[in-house]
Amino acid sequence: MNILDIIGPVMVGPSSSHTAGAARIGQVALKLLGEEVRSAKIRLHGSFLATGKGHGTDRALVAGLLGLSVDDRRIPDSFWLAKERGMDFEISGITLADAHPNSVKLEVMSESGRKLELVAASIGGGRIRICEIDGLRADFSAEAPTVVVFNQDRPGCIVKVTSRLGSAGVNIATMQVYRDERGGHAVMVIEVDQQLPEGCIGRLEQEEGIEKVIYLCME
Amino acid sequence: MYQSLGELCRKAEEEKKSFWEVVQADDCRERQIPEKTSFAQMKAMYLAMKEADASYDPKLYSRSGLTGRDGGKMQRYVDREETICGPFLGRVMEKALKMGESNACMKRIVAAPTAGACGVVPAVLLAMQETAGYSDEEMTQALYVAAGIGGVIASRAFISGAQGGCQAEVGSASSMAAGAAAFLRGADASAIAHGAAMAMKNLLGLVCDPVAGLVEVPCVKRNVAGAVVALAAADMALAGIRSKIPPDEVIDAMRSVGQDMPVCVRETGEGGLAATPSGERMKDYLTQG
Repeated sequence: MNILDIIGPVMVGPSSSHTAGAARIGQVALKLLGEEVRSAKIRLHGSFLATGKGHGTDRALVAGLLGLSVDDRRIPDSFWLAKERGMDFEISGITLADAHPNSVKLEVMSESGRKLELVAASIGGGRIRICEIDGLRADFSAEAPTVVVFNQDRPGCIVKVTSRLGSAGVNIATMQVYRDERGGHAVMVIEVDQQLPEGCIGRLEQEEGIEKVIYLCME
Repeated sequence: MYQSLGELCRKAEEEKKSFWEVVQADDCRERQIPEKTSFAQMKAMYLAMKEADASYDPKLYSRSGLTGRDGGKMQRYVDREETICGPFLGRVMEKALKMGESNACMKRIVAAPTAGACGVVPAVLLAMQETAGYSDEEMTQALYVAAGIGGVIASRAFISGAQGGCQAEVGSASSMAAGAAAFLRGADASAIAHGAAMAMKNLLGLVCDPVAGLVEVPCVKRNVAGAVVALAAADMALAGIRSKIPPDEVIDAMRSVGQDMPVCVRETGEGGLAATPSGERMKDYLTQG
């Protein structure tokens, strides 16, 4: 948090958590997918479900998935914009276990068939937490450049990734590792201080045991 | 960000700097950016507030229909020069209503510190600039003052209604605006901090009880209260009046009051005005419609 979180953000109202945060979650989902969203299932939880309509949470999420930022005046018209751009979406309610009151589950797909499942929470002041990616736990804000590595759960994967980052001159700020089961699928969420140099992702993806790498930089 | 107004004031005194310069230096250190960049970003926030004020649409109602058009009413009333509070305070109230309504109508605003309380700081600052002709650079400095105060409140307590009730939103905004207003009139760091403290003290205990859980009733009109209290507190500080409870302790009190506040009056829309028969009726109407 810095002083531009106190004075700012510039945003479309009415609620930093229910509108700006929601738009940001949509934007992050789009970035994580890496391609334009063709279809989206939006499942609102808790207060997002109860007061989302009046706060424009629904419109803000769709706007974010279309790539609109939190201060884009077209947020109120995002449903219409989605139609124009050929993005299908459906919105419904869900009850997520142990979730923040302002949470949403997104299932998005691109034209080429790329899919992403995301659970995220809007935690106030327009700031968000990503809580789950593709069914695996995570916990990051998407404020700093973030590398998300999906890998097989076996010895040596972490050192391959961290040494690649180290030799690229990228400092790790925080790092989390999660897995579904021993020897199964694992995910590393690494927040870094510097932007990743070009080609770094491609080299990471070629490492043995690494399944997919997503680089998220919202700036 | 600073965690203490006392510490911020000491720093200003030690380094013979203005309050806003201490806040700016801290921002530059934290985000590793040059002064010029930091200043340009803060100025952009001020200009965005100005633009939001100018683009108020007096014909709009919010999607729920609960709010809208009151800013226009206030403007016409102030124009008739009939206000009890005089033309300046009339403009302040008009601007606070306008910004609150623009927010409810999904227009572009600047959260300060939140969207629900977005009318307080600009109402005070824009009206002061229009009346006294301060430059945008001076207004940007004032915005740093507001940000510094808000930063301390966010670090020591909270700035969301869900955590601490409306005192954490409109109370914080009022505190920020009071310090900024006092600064514009030449207050030193200590007077700024005490102005901020006196505004907060006057809004301690304010609950967050939005009808149907929406940032509309009573949020829009509470922006008026925040702005008016801010100016009264700034005037007290400029008169040489000091808060008997030190500013940091006032913020700590806001935190403990907020923690003790029942959940039904912390943005859940289940208590206070939201739970009145009329509040419930509006909610039922909206959920059915």
